[in-house]
Amino acid sequence: MRRLVYVLPLVLVALLGVAFYFQLGTDTQKLPSALIDKPLPIFNLPPIEGDGVVLANSDLAGKVALINVWASWCPPCRIEHPVLMGIAASGVAIYGVNYKDKPDDAKRFLTQLGNPFIAVGADRDGKLAIDLGVYGYPETFIVDANGIIRYRHAGPINKVDWEQTLLPIVKKLQAR
Amino acid sequence: MKPKHQRLALLGLGVLVLGAAAALVLTAFEDNLVFFHSPTELATKEVSPQQRLRIGGLVQDGSLVKSGSDVRFVVTDGAHSINVAYRGLLPDLFREGQGIVAEGTFQNGTFTAREVLAKHDENYMPPEVVDALKKSGEWQRSGGK
Amino acid sequence: MIAEFGHFALTLALAVAFVQATLPLLGAHRRDTGLMALAPAGAMLQFALVALAFGALMHAYIVSDFSLANVAQNSHTAKPMLYKVAGTWGNHEGSMLLWALILSLYGAAVAAFGGNLTETLKVRVLSIQGMIGCGILAFILFTSNPFARLDPAPFDGQSLNPLLQDPGLAFHPPLLYLGYVGLSTSFSFAVAALIEGKVDAVWARWVRPWTLAAWGFLTAGITLGSWWAYYELGWGGWWFWDPVENASFMPWLAATALLHSAIVAEKRDALKAWTIFLAIVAFALSLLGTFLVRSGVLTSVHAFASDPTRGVYILLFLVVTVGAAFALFAWRGPALAGTGRFEPVSREGALLINNFVLTVAAASILLGTLYPLFLDILNAGKVSVGAPYFQRVFIPMMIPMLLIMAIAPMLTWRRADAGAAIVSLKWAGLVAAIVGFGIWLFINRASALAAFGIAIAAWLFAATMWELYTRARTWRGLLRQPRVSWGMTMAHAGLAIAIAGMTASTAWKVEDIRVMAPGETTEIAGYQFTLSNVSDVRGPNYAALRATFNVRRNGQAYTTLYPEKRIYDVGRQPTTEAAIRPTIWGDLYAVIGDADGNGSYVTRIYFNPLVGWMWTGALIMVLGAGMSLSDRRYRQVATADDTVEAHA
Repeated sequence: MRRLVYVLPLVLVALLGVAFYFQLGTDTQKLPSALIDKPLPIFNLPPIEGDGVVLANSDLAGKVALINVWASWCPPCRIEHPVLMGIAASGVAIYGVNYKDKPDDAKRFLTQLGNPFIAVGADRDGKLAIDLGVYGYPETFIVDANGIIRYRHAGPINKVDWEQTLLPIVKKLQAR
Repeated sequence: MKPKHQRLALLGLGVLVLGAAAALVLTAFEDNLVFFHSPTELATKEVSPQQRLRIGGLVQDGSLVKSGSDVRFVVTDGAHSINVAYRGLLPDLFREGQGIVAEGTFQNGTFTAREVLAKHDENYMPPEVVDALKKSGEWQRSGGK
Repeated sequence: MIAEFGHFALTLALAVAFVQATLPLLGAHRRDTGLMALAPAGAMLQFALVALAFGALMHAYIVSDFSLANVAQNSHTAKPMLYKVAGTWGNHEGSMLLWALILSLYGAAVAAFGGNLTETLKVRVLSIQGMIGCGILAFILFTSNPFARLDPAPFDGQSLNPLLQDPGLAFHPPLLYLGYVGLSTSFSFAVAALIEGKVDAVWARWVRPWTLAAWGFLTAGITLGSWWAYYELGWGGWWFWDPVENASFMPWLAATALLHSAIVAEKRDALKAWTIFLAIVAFALSLLGTFLVRSGVLTSVHAFASDPTRGVYILLFLVVTVGAAFALFAWRGPALAGTGRFEPVSREGALLINNFVLTVAAASILLGTLYPLFLDILNAGKVSVGAPYFQRVFIPMMIPMLLIMAIAPMLTWRRADAGAAIVSLKWAGLVAAIVGFGIWLFINRASALAAFGIAIAAWLFAATMWELYTRARTWRGLLRQPRVSWGMTMAHAGLAIAIAGMTASTAWKVEDIRVMAPGETTEIAGYQFTLSNVSDVRGPNYAALRATFNVRRNGQAYTTLYPEKRIYDVGRQPTTEAAIRPTIWGDLYAVIGDADGNGSYVTRIYFNPLVGWMWTGALIMVLGAGMSLSDRRYRQVATADDTVEAHA
């Protein structure tokens, strides 16, 4: 009986450890999107200003591409932008989805900082972002030649992310 | 006092402190647990107007209206939106399109916030908000099509 | 090149820590003096190597070497030098390196100043320190390498969160870590004692100064953090019961209990297993703090960017370290029964009660902090446990503790006459009654509770002073008091002053939020605030909106306040800079908010009564810890009979 009291702390630590472990497992930052290995949702987006369709599923067909969801009002997007410029310069295709932005702001953003995107579609009501399950800006998806989402990166991409994580995935997909 | 009585007295005192602490903890929990609701949950659930609760979501673009120190804005999870009224200074990191958490009461379709929280980190999205947005995304995918 | 050198030093430090953790332990078991001698040498070498690595990282920050990923992400050329230096530990990798540095510093300190310890105990303590060092150094090298290179190097860095660009916050982490990590020494002493199977008065006397040092730093760190929140967050609040604040407060409570139970273990040869338990718990709680901040399991305003792999590692580290210690405790603990008999009414009885209250208080804070996590795991909904829970639970527990705390020093060891002690404190009781009743009558009848709080603070202060008087009697006697007694008096009196400040600033804070146009005046707590103008100003790396408040009292100019709203050039993040004018009776506190578009601004003005008393009281407590530490008795050499070892 007396000994039991001395064992109690050990039991408590073990229980807490297990509880924490499960909570860590549900961490939201690295949780892959529900859409990983699923096809891109159907979309056809208008340009930043005006009508018509500049970006749809068919534009992405047959090549490995990045889809970057951004907005001019999002400070991390600004931080990420030079990295995107570098990626575009290296020849990887990036398509932009401009999330709930004012056309003038979005255009100014691209004129000032450069335009790394092959095409930019405007997600004016945020419907595509919801379909993609985007929860923070910026967010980037890697899509393979068949239009299947293979990777999702939440938050700004920095050089290390690109070189160590995203680029190897792109290369692997291109090699297929 | 005999050793046996000493032990008993100390043990009794210990039990008393523990009992008082347990009573305190339980009553405090009863009154001070604040549940978190997403805009979708608020739209579909009944909540008592006295119940303190937290909501979280994105501040809808273009919804922020200020008149003096009274502020109104809309919090959305993409599926449903809630009107929020608040009096006071908003946190420095409050921006349209950003994720926030507000604490207050919900009555007649308006959420009266006593407190608006944004995190001290530019890339911040409160985990509750992430969850709420994910749920509403799921909800829309399965329910909308 | 310097960075690679730092990385190499860190790798060597891990190797040294490994040797320090293993061979001397074997040596202590076999009485092999050669192997045992590795422990102090290893501790010194480990400190030197980690210090080199830390210096290399700091150098990279000072010269803005953006080819290091860590520097590029957390610094910027436009930052003032102080914050470049502070940037070294203002991020995850650097702060873990600081943790390791302080750990090895304590190890080196035990090696250097532990000459009065028995050789085997010292060696075992250093080995345990080496094990903790292995864990943390491996964590840094394998998951959070601060020396990772970027190629090509970016032209400029991505800055530090401007909220963190603040002198208070620059020195908050080092102080807090000196406290957190200092508890590792008490932990190592506890584990070493469990290995030896011996806890005696001499052991208790050794563990106390290390705990005292950690406690002093922890008190200073928590106070500085609270002070930072007070002036930087712009809400006039100083404690939010945020998970990360709780994470620093729980080890403080445990360390406070440990300090007092170690006295009982020393004087009465009792509470030995309990003291060991507290030493383990105090360090476990500080590791838990590290884990909570870095893993993202709990939401907090202070959290660093979360990373699950790191979280899993820290969790593993926590469970292994604390689990192993408690396993040893389960095995050896029952044999540690003391010889001291226990009268409930005695100094040790009072200390035991307060120990218990402190522990239960820490447990209830732990419960409140982790409760949302449990509900989430059980899928029972997302909840938050707000400040009201902690206030409702914590404050009532502190009331009996403070009452007893004033009486305990008047009680004798072994068996005391509680009645006589209370009677001898009649003057203190009278002072408390007059103060409490006077406040209730003349200042604010509405808040009887606050008057009661002040009365308790007055009771503790007066009783502490009276106790000092009964000990000293004359001015000469005052000078002859040993420094440990002075330390106790200062710590208790400091707490009394701090409690008066906490009570008053919570109960009688006056707040005024309004929209003001330049030229308008508002009155608060007898001061007239006139917003005379609002202008744009430039700082070294920010632009700011600066308001000028002319404050008058009784029609006479009193002071001028200049609150600012700053926008930093990098990151474009706005911060609020409150303007504070401290006085003895309270702080005038002004904040400028957004323009409403019609030439008016939202303003927030507070009068925070006795806030300064909190910082002053806490400072006195810290000085008290320093006073105790400087006492000669902690430098006494162990007596011969202590070296005889009784194996359990």
